[in-house]
This record gives sequence, C-alpha cells and structure tokens, in this order.
Amino acid sequence: MPMLELNNVHAYYGHIHALQGISLTVDQGEIVTLIGANGAGKTTTLRTITGLLKPRHGSVILEGEDLAPYKAHQIVARGVSMVPEGRGIFAKLTVAENLDMGAYLRNDKSGIQESLERVYRLFPRLKERHNQVAGTLSGGEQQMLAMGRALMAHPRLLLLDEPSMGLAPVLVEAIFDTIQEINQQGTTVLLVEQNALMALSIAHRGYVLQTGQIVLSDVAANLKENEMVQKAYLGME
Amino acid sequence: MNLTQEHTLDWRTAARNGLLGGTIILYFGAIGMVSTFSVRNMVGTFLNLGQILSIMGAIAAGLITGRTFLKADQRAKVIQMGALSGLLAGLPPLILIIMGTLVPNSTMFVNINAELVEILTFGLGALVGSLALIVVSGLMGVLGAAFVLLGEKYRKALINALLWVLLLGLFSENAGTVLQKFLGTSAVRWLFQNKSLNPIAAIIIFALTFAFSLFGVGNKGKTKIQSLPSEKQKQLRLIYIVLGLVFALALPWMVGTFLSQVLFIVGLYVMMGMGLNIVVGFAGLLDLGYVAFFAFGAYTMGVLTSPGGFTGGILNFWLALPIAILVGVTFGIILGFPVLNMRGDYLAIVTLGFGEIIRVLAYSNWLAPIIGGAQGVLGIPTPSLFGFRLGKPEYMYYLVLLGSLVAAFIAARLRDSRLGRQWMAMREDEDVAETMGINLVQTKLLAFAIGAGFSAASGAIFASRLQNIFPNSFGILVSINVLSLIIVGGLGSLPGVVVGAAILVGMPELLREFAEYRLLMYGLLLIVMMLAKPEGFWPEETRKRELHAKEDWDNNDADAEVVGAAD
Ligand SMILES: Nc1ncnc2c1ncn2[C@@H]1O[C@H](COP(=O)(O)OP(=O)(O)OP(=O)(O)O)[C@@H](O)[C@H]1O
Ligand SMILES: [Mg+2]
Repeated sequence: MPMLELNNVHAYYGHIHALQGISLTVDQGEIVTLIGANGAGKTTTLRTITGLLKPRHGSVILEGEDLAPYKAHQIVARGVSMVPEGRGIFAKLTVAENLDMGAYLRNDKSGIQESLERVYRLFPRLKERHNQVAGTLSGGEQQMLAMGRALMAHPRLLLLDEPSMGLAPVLVEAIFDTIQEINQQGTTVLLVEQNALMALSIAHRGYVLQTGQIVLSDVAANLKENEMVQKAYLGME
Repeated sequence: MNLTQEHTLDWRTAARNGLLGGTIILYFGAIGMVSTFSVRNMVGTFLNLGQILSIMGAIAAGLITGRTFLKADQRAKVIQMGALSGLLAGLPPLILIIMGTLVPNSTMFVNINAELVEILTFGLGALVGSLALIVVSGLMGVLGAAFVLLGEKYRKALINALLWVLLLGLFSENAGTVLQKFLGTSAVRWLFQNKSLNPIAAIIIFALTFAFSLFGVGNKGKTKIQSLPSEKQKQLRLIYIVLGLVFALALPWMVGTFLSQVLFIVGLYVMMGMGLNIVVGFAGLLDLGYVAFFAFGAYTMGVLTSPGGFTGGILNFWLALPIAILVGVTFGIILGFPVLNMRGDYLAIVTLGFGEIIRVLAYSNWLAPIIGGAQGVLGIPTPSLFGFRLGKPEYMYYLVLLGSLVAAFIAARLRDSRLGRQWMAMREDEDVAETMGINLVQTKLLAFAIGAGFSAASGAIFASRLQNIFPNSFGILVSINVLSLIIVGGLGSLPGVVVGAAILVGMPELLREFAEYRLLMYGLLLIVMMLAKPEGFWPEETRKRELHAKEDWDNNDADAEVVGAAD
C-alpha cells in the first residue's frame, strides 16, 4: 500500500480548473519530486493533500484512508506536515516559540524534546539563534526554521513547497542535503520544486506537472535524461 | 542613510515644519478651541490651557525639526533650525490677530474675535503682542529642539515633571477635592489658587518630580528586582498586587462621588476593552460591531429585572447577570458563523453592519413590545447585596472593579493558555495555523463568544446603573471608542486596556466643558500615536517586536550572512 495516493484529482479556484485529473503515488520511505513551471499547479496539489483545498472530483488517500471527510487540522494529526511556499513562519515569535508551535498537537513532553534536539542537530544555526525573533532571520535561516517547525510535528509525510526559492546556490545544496538526511531518518518526502536539477538529484522518482496535468512520471535518473525535461526544466537544448 | 531624506535637508525643512505647526494653531484658533480652552487656568492666572495650546505648534515644530536634523547627524544645526521653525510657527496665528483686530465681530468667523486676540497677544495689544508672539514662538522652537539634544535620562525626567505639573494644573479642581482629605483645607487652598496650580507650588512640584525621576528608583530598581531570585520576585509581585488592590478599594472614598462615577464608566470600558482585546488583539479579528453585545447585555438585564418591563422584573440583578452574559455569548457564536470565512476588511464591514442592525432593531416597532423601541426600558432596579442597595457610584464602582478584575484575570489566563497560542497563530496566518493542526472554526468562535460575554456583562451593569436604557446609547461610537482605547493602550496588552480607557474615556469625562472638541482631540491623539508610538502606551511584548523588528535587524544582524532574501 502506498503512503499517499492521489486518484484523478480535480481542483478548482472558483471557475479556474487548477488541477485537471492528477494521479500520483508516494511510497513509504521515498523522496518524490513534483516539478513544473510557474502556475502548473504544484502548490495547489499540496493544498489538496493538506486539506486546505478540497478536490471536486477524485480522492486523496493516506495509508489506505480517504482524506475527504477530514479538515486540514485533522489531516496534520494523521502525520502530514507541510512547509509552505514562502515559508509562513510566525515573524513576531522567536525561533524557539515557532518550533514550539510546530508541536502544537503533541502532548508527549519527552517526544517533543527529542524532536527539538533532532531539529537542532539538523540545523545548528537555529539553536544558536533560538531567542531571535523569526522575522529578523535571514532567508536561509527562515527556510531552516520552516522545515524545523514542520519536523516538530513528527510527521511521517513531509511536504516541501519550493524550499530552494530565493536561496543562494551554496545554501540550496545544504538544504537539499538536509532533506536527504531527514528522509534517511525515516520521513517520507514529497518535494515540489522549480529547481528540477537539484530536485531530481536527490529524489527517487519524479512527476512533471503541466497546466494541471501530469505529463511525465519516471524514476529520477530517467527524468534527468529525458529530452523534454532537459529542454523545459533543465535549460538544456 | 535613506535616499529620500538625503537630498534636501536644509532650512526649507525647518521652515516647512514651522509653517505647518503654525497653521494647525491657526485652525485651532479659528474653530474656537483656543478661546474655549483658555477658560482653564493651569498655573496661576497667567498660564491657561488656551495659551499652552497656542504655543504647542511651535514646540512640536521645533521638536520635529530638531529630531530630523539630529538623525541626519547635523547636531550643530539643531538649535538654529529649531529656532527658525518656532519663529515661522508664530506667523500663521498672526492672521488671527489681524483678522480679530480689523473685523472683531465677523459673522463668518465667529471665533476670531477680540477675546482670541487678547489671548494670543498676551494682552499686550496687537502690535507689541504680535511681536511677542513671534518671539515666544521662536523661544518655544528652541526649547523643542533643545529637548532632543538632552540625554534620554533627562528627557524622561523632564516629560515626567512636565506631565505632573500640567495634569495637576489641568485637573486642579478634582485634585483639590481629593487632596483635601489628606492635606487639609488650608494647604489645598494654597496649592490650588483660582482653580489652578499656585506658581510656587508648580515650581516645587516640577523640581521634586524631576529630581525624583532622575535619581529615584526607575530603571535601577527594575534591574535590581530582576536580579532577585524568582522566589523573591514572586513575593514582591504579590505585595504589589495586594497594595494595588488596597488602593483600588480605597479609591472611591478618596476621590468622592463625582470621580467615582467617572471611575465607574472607565471600568465599564475596561471590561469591554478586555473582551475586544481578545477578539482583535489576541485573535486578530477586526470587529467593529462590538457594541451589539453590550446592547444584548443591557437589554437582557433591563427586560429581566425592570418591574415595568416585558417580564415584570422576574429576576434580580444577580440572577439576570449570568443570563445576560449567556445571551451575549450565544449571539457571539451565532454572529461568528457567517463571518467564519471572512478576513480583514470584509470582516470589519460585516461586523460594522451587524452592530447597526442591532441598534435599528432596538429602535424598531417590531420588537417594541419586548424592549420598548424608542422608549427604551425604564425603571431598571439598582442591584442590592444582602438587602443593601448599591445606590451610589462608589458602590457600583466596586461592581465594575470586580468585573474588570475577573475579565483581566480570564484574559491573562487565556493568553498564556493553549487557546492563546491558537489565537496567536491564527492571527499571524490562518492557513499555516490550520496546517499546524489548529481548528480554526472553534478558535474563532471561542474568541467571538468570550469577547461578547465580557461586553454583555459590562452592558448589564451599565443598564442597572443607568436604570433607563435607550437605543441611542448603543451607537457605533461605543464600538469605535473601545477599539480606539485598546489601540491607544497597546493592542493585545492587558495593562494597555486600563491605560487606554483612562485616557480615552476618563479624561473626556473630566474635560466635559470641551466636549465639542472631543472627537477632534480623539482623532489627533490617534494620529499622533500612530506616528510617534504605534505600539501603544503600554505595549505587549510580541507587538513591540513586530514594530521594531526592522531596528533589531539593523542592530544585531550586521554579522549575519545575508542570503538572497525571498519574498
Ligand atoms: N487562490 C487562488 N485563486 C485563484 N486562482 C489561483 C489561486 N491560487 C492559485 N491559482 C491559480 O491556479 C493555478 C495553479 O497555481 P499554483 O499556485 O498551484 O501553481 P504553482 O505550480 O505552485 O506555481 P509556482 O511555481 O509559481 O508556485 C495558477 O493558474 C494560479 O493562477
Ligand atoms: Mg507554488
């Protein structure tokens, strides 16, 4: 049984038909990437998974259970965490308070402490700056914080929306290394990216999204070699 | 340095500030504010509120000019530019003097008359007086500019001392009645001659308060307290709380009936402020129809307890109060539902409309059989306790004191609770809050419900004190008042609610003679606040962070590696 399954999902914003029959699967332990141009529907796909947007047709299935009846806050409780596009950190709160919010649904003190230590191991920068107001962090640090906060919920499935956005190449590499590390520690990852090259170099499999439809899917290595992908997303002629 | 400021910082800036300051005074004079205010003597018979108002333009212009030049690292020019600002601020009011001298009985500008000329010219006659006005304005400009050159410690002490003298002068009548009980009649008569502060007393008070805030406990005391072990700190806090309570309990007997009534009204607004602070400050839901819940509370109390009313007064105050609160809470939830998916300005408009609908319903013939329509509900009994009628403002004050304390306690506990964190996260970003696992529907409805409950309790007490309630007591102005006071105090801050209520509700009650300028002063205060101290008089910690985040960034993050910022 796949960890996550989208079957023929159609989603709308009013009359705009943003997702036109998306089907994809993510297996336990995988990193799967979803690549596509601006406006292809990547963020929308993640929003239907987290329940912020309900599909009009089709189903989103998490570990065999249809998520249709659940609201966004109930889906988090089922082990799905999202790092939103543009990070969405609480700018006025300190780093530590932000991380604390991530563990909002949890009651096990020792488990939360463990997660906190894990986050601080992954991102020592956050530990140094735990008392700093999040709004004053640099862009890279804010991305780390957003990821750390998502991990505080101890998710089994982590959704990342363009973690490389606006970051310098060195930092992008560091962030992707960390994603791989998080995955190796047992968290399944669905990674939305425009930076297709980087995403495909750490992912196991990938999907290519175009105007609300999946046009290609394959293991990452093959996608990297695919002529159409190279042309459209890797900037090669 | 920022580019827009760099290009022209010369005498023109100072001139502009000065003329602007002077023009505002011209306006104040033309609408009659200066004359009306001059009725109140402040210090002796020679300094009245009108005069203070008429030199405010010069002081403010000098201050702003001085600060601008200081910030641009042109320290040497501060005084001379301040003087220029001040001198020019003296020019626009000259128009008043000229007009008042030439056409003293103008039917178009009724406020520009001989009396105004007399005030503005210090009684020296038009020619000498005009010169005097310019010279004095120039001096005030210098003083304003010099103020910014002082060290922070001295500035604070100066403001403190000035505030003491001005407030004592302004409220000398009220202060007199209060102090009489402690100092005796003769001392008070010496202190406050001619309904104003004795000049010698003014100097002594100024010197004392200045010295006290300069050398007194102040910040040193604060750091000392912070260095104490937490056990001791807790004890100290407890002592403060007990002292504060004793003071609050003794207050009505120290200040007399009139001021107790003022305190009572302030208390009503504190209760409402605590509630709206939850809705707007904690949860970030801009509610402009808050008065509706005040009305629900008041009408429920009226209908249930008034012998001449619909129910014939089946309940007494104490039994009706919880029902009034319950009605408020229920309507808070009912009204919460339709606006669940609304944000920001849409929410504000819908709640605004809702508040008006309730007022119109209260007027309507349709509900008149129950709540009296335009006649209102009459003869609501005063509450009594163990057979003792709480008939005086002093007693009713205790009722709102209790109500305010309970409201503050609940608000404080909620803020630090799980629900408080939910509100905070929702205020920051609804989508993110939801993906953190927060149930938005529940979180929003709880904010509306609790806020409404506080307002309804306040309305119920209001009804039982006034005894007669009419629909026009529940207009939009109440909502605006409450919203303004929590903003002035500091959005999200509990002490801020009390400070805001004292300033925006208490002060106007004491300054009834100037009631016609109340809304103007109100607007001015809000504008000045937003420019000078947007976080409010007593800000809440995280709010301070938000508004000063940029400065923090500039100060601490010079070492941080700056990575291409995203958004
Ligand atoms: N709230 C909204 N209301 C209306 N249309 C929307 C909304 N959000 C997204 N859309 C539209 O839906 C389509 C898909 O948007 P989506 O945000 O999913 O794209 P994306 O692939 O994430 O793009 P990007 O890489 O730029 O983030 C776009 O055409 C967009 O204009
Ligand atoms: Mg997107």
